[in-house]
Amino acid sequence: MDEIQALMQGFSVALSPTNLGLMFLGILLGVIIGVLPGLGGANGVAILLPLTFSMNPTSAIIMLSCIYWGALFGGAITSILFNIPGEPWSVATTFDGYPMAQNGQAAQALTAAFSSSFFGALVAIIIITFLAPLVAKFALQFGPPEFFAVQLLTFCSFVGMSKEPAFKTLAAMFFGFALAAIGMDNVTGQLRLTFGFEPLIKGFDFLIAVIGLFGIGEILLTMEEGLAFRGKTAKITPAVVWETWKMLPKYWKTYLRSAAVGCWMGITPGGATPASFMGYGIAKRFSPNKDNFGKGEIEGVLAPETAAHAAGTSALLPMLTLGIPGSPTAAVLLGGLLVWGLQPGPLLFVEQKDFVWGLIASMYLGNIAGLVVVLATVPWFAAILRIPFSIIAPVILVICAVGAYTVHSSMFDVWLMMGFGVIGYVFKKLQYPMAPLVLALVLGDMAENAFRQSLLSSSGNLSVFFSNPLVATITTVALVMLVWPMLQALRGATKK
Amino acid sequence: MTYDSAAHNRAKPGMYDIGFSRAVFSRELIRINRTIRAQNLQSGCGQPTTPKKVTNVTQLRFSKIKVALSAALVSATALCASAAFAWEPTKTVEFVVPAGTGGGADQMARLVQGIVTKHNLLKSSMVVVNKGGGAGAEGFLEMKNAKGDAHKIVITLSNLFTTPVATGVPFSWKDMTPVAMLALDEFVLWVNSESPYKTAQEYIAAVKAGGGKLRMGGTGSRQEDQIITALIEKAAGVKFIYVPYKGGGEVAVQLVGKHIESTVNNPIEAVAQWRGGKLRPLCVFDGKRLAQKEKIADMSWSEIPTCKESGLDIEYLMLRGVFMAPGVTPDQVAFYVDLMKKVRATPEWAKFMDEGAFNTTFMSGAEYAAWVAKEDTRHRALMQEAGFVAAK
Repeated sequence: MDEIQALMQGFSVALSPTNLGLMFLGILLGVIIGVLPGLGGANGVAILLPLTFSMNPTSAIIMLSCIYWGALFGGAITSILFNIPGEPWSVATTFDGYPMAQNGQAAQALTAAFSSSFFGALVAIIIITFLAPLVAKFALQFGPPEFFAVQLLTFCSFVGMSKEPAFKTLAAMFFGFALAAIGMDNVTGQLRLTFGFEPLIKGFDFLIAVIGLFGIGEILLTMEEGLAFRGKTAKITPAVVWETWKMLPKYWKTYLRSAAVGCWMGITPGGATPASFMGYGIAKRFSPNKDNFGKGEIEGVLAPETAAHAAGTSALLPMLTLGIPGSPTAAVLLGGLLVWGLQPGPLLFVEQKDFVWGLIASMYLGNIAGLVVVLATVPWFAAILRIPFSIIAPVILVICAVGAYTVHSSMFDVWLMMGFGVIGYVFKKLQYPMAPLVLALVLGDMAENAFRQSLLSSSGNLSVFFSNPLVATITTVALVMLVWPMLQALRGATKK
Repeated sequence: MTYDSAAHNRAKPGMYDIGFSRAVFSRELIRINRTIRAQNLQSGCGQPTTPKKVTNVTQLRFSKIKVALSAALVSATALCASAAFAWEPTKTVEFVVPAGTGGGADQMARLVQGIVTKHNLLKSSMVVVNKGGGAGAEGFLEMKNAKGDAHKIVITLSNLFTTPVATGVPFSWKDMTPVAMLALDEFVLWVNSESPYKTAQEYIAAVKAGGGKLRMGGTGSRQEDQIITALIEKAAGVKFIYVPYKGGGEVAVQLVGKHIESTVNNPIEAVAQWRGGKLRPLCVFDGKRLAQKEKIADMSWSEIPTCKESGLDIEYLMLRGVFMAPGVTPDQVAFYVDLMKKVRATPEWAKFMDEGAFNTTFMSGAEYAAWVAKEDTRHRALMQEAGFVAAK
């Protein structure tokens, strides 16, 4: 087993005191970056990149990738505690994580989220270790039609799984598509729907919308309900971590399903956000506690987290073997590699063994270190909920505003965030789901590009989405996901 | 937005600054510095090693730490202040990138930032700010509106010329102050290495025979890649299906996966795939062959024929240059010209130029302005002809 030997050598590189120190430092910075809305992993890595130009490349990538792991772990914290997803792939975590926190189970939710992230990442790393060259080739099969099919699958599975009426889900989703259309149109190179108003040329950023819809909307709602912050009865002892762990093994099927979905989405590279939604949808479909989803079901926390992190981790694989950044953070790391004088690509594994295996070893160690760090902080984070709402609400508001400003350093975005807050409040009052809106805002742009690129290549012929077994399968599954719930509803109606 | 696949390149907005978490970051930075200190860092002022922490702390402008390390700080700045400038930045310099994180302009800006920090070339610090909205219009409008602000510089790509024409957003290079050309980025015609085409002639003949069905992939729409595609169509009397993607790396991989037939990627976007034996360069869109003689795959950059040699009389190079806001003084411009000269003299810069097979022409002052004016006119004419002008 050449891989095992190479990996052992990698561990000897990664385990030097300097690298271990950088690893923990990276994790800590990453968790902080993940917790603060508006400051994503890509930005954190970009800011710290120049700092690493004087380090040797292996130490540098270990630190930067640990920031990435840290941000992944950190993203779940605010989703669960305050219903504010710090990253797109944490949106699905809010569905059950936040209700759990409100039921006084914040610590359980956090523990489940962190442990699941760890599990998902671990499965992905094992795949990277042993199957790197094999799976890398698979990513190459993905052209525009395949990308669009995956996006379609995500949207369709959403319509099927929502507990709200399908019409409301579609309405929210199409509102999201409309917002995503504003700004630059990548296919024609022209501005759309900006009405000559300069702040709109950069379009609506997902982060601004999410901070407003979820964060501000939630605060408005809680204020109306009389400043009561539910969940302060949370039981907070370190033992809670152990007790939650005892519960987790019985969800092994959910874990495996989500990890498989995640790895597949990361390698192809469909991305972590679709992976998290799909993980949630599949878990809900197969779970015996179907009806409890959305009300604080622990399975609804661990499924999206496992999938998101399996995807996020395996997204590094196409970067190393093909030089395709599977994510914005990977794109920044890619820039770093070039500056350090390393060329990612098919030959990296051959020419830079120390670097590659040092990095892979640091993925194992970094995730273990990350799990230890975040689990140690669970009681602290859960304790935040004990602070009276009248104190914490203004703090959240300020953090939200700073976060929204930080995204583009634009004051306009802060007003936009407030606007989205009102929309979020109205959505809640009228019982429209917000997640489809967010999903459409995140993926709408990419789906549109992939759709139009496909049609450009096929001169407008829709058969391109059934042109080979891979794309035909995904498209068919997507359409079935869309139609199946409707057929079920029809059958139910005829029986009556 | 860390994980999503397509969101990574030129057209995507990035972010600004570490903002409110500065304090926390500074504390962590000090810890990093303890580990870095062991390494020898050459000071850019020709003085013996100055610990790197000084610049980092300056960069973060975190007052407590400043006080704590004031002794080191004072000595370091004293060393660097020896050269007499009529003007010097007094606060953090913002380096605006009118594109998203991870693209060519972003890489270069971050390299400059890294070099400036490592070699102590600036008394204050430099931060890179991505403003890529609206194909770069966001960043250029910010410069246009920052009249007289000498603590803001912007790096350009061809969108300086193409975005105002293609989108109608009102800005032009004349709204800014030219500082210096850092380099010119080359363009190469690439095909998949498994395709039968060995020369540009063979490929063009195949495009002709294909009756407009062959696909050319490129970054963005109505930008440099599509302009070159239009130039090829005109010169050879052929037709491509142009498929726009979001970034150069994505384009290169699509070519490896045979979802398109050719690209006009920059060298740095495609070099890894070339070395890996997945792509084949056919010709370079420059008047003369590239300078880099080192073998990359089966051949070196310098062995790639020019497109002109191959019967495609097309020259196109992309500006990697620096501009300042309008209304700055000549002394302020002189400072940045000098700074960029120092950056270009470092070994890190030389290595980057070599790897990306850049054309290392340098220009400043009137010569640079004249070059930019000429390119602007050329782009307007090219885009007019290709029908890439925004509808009024």
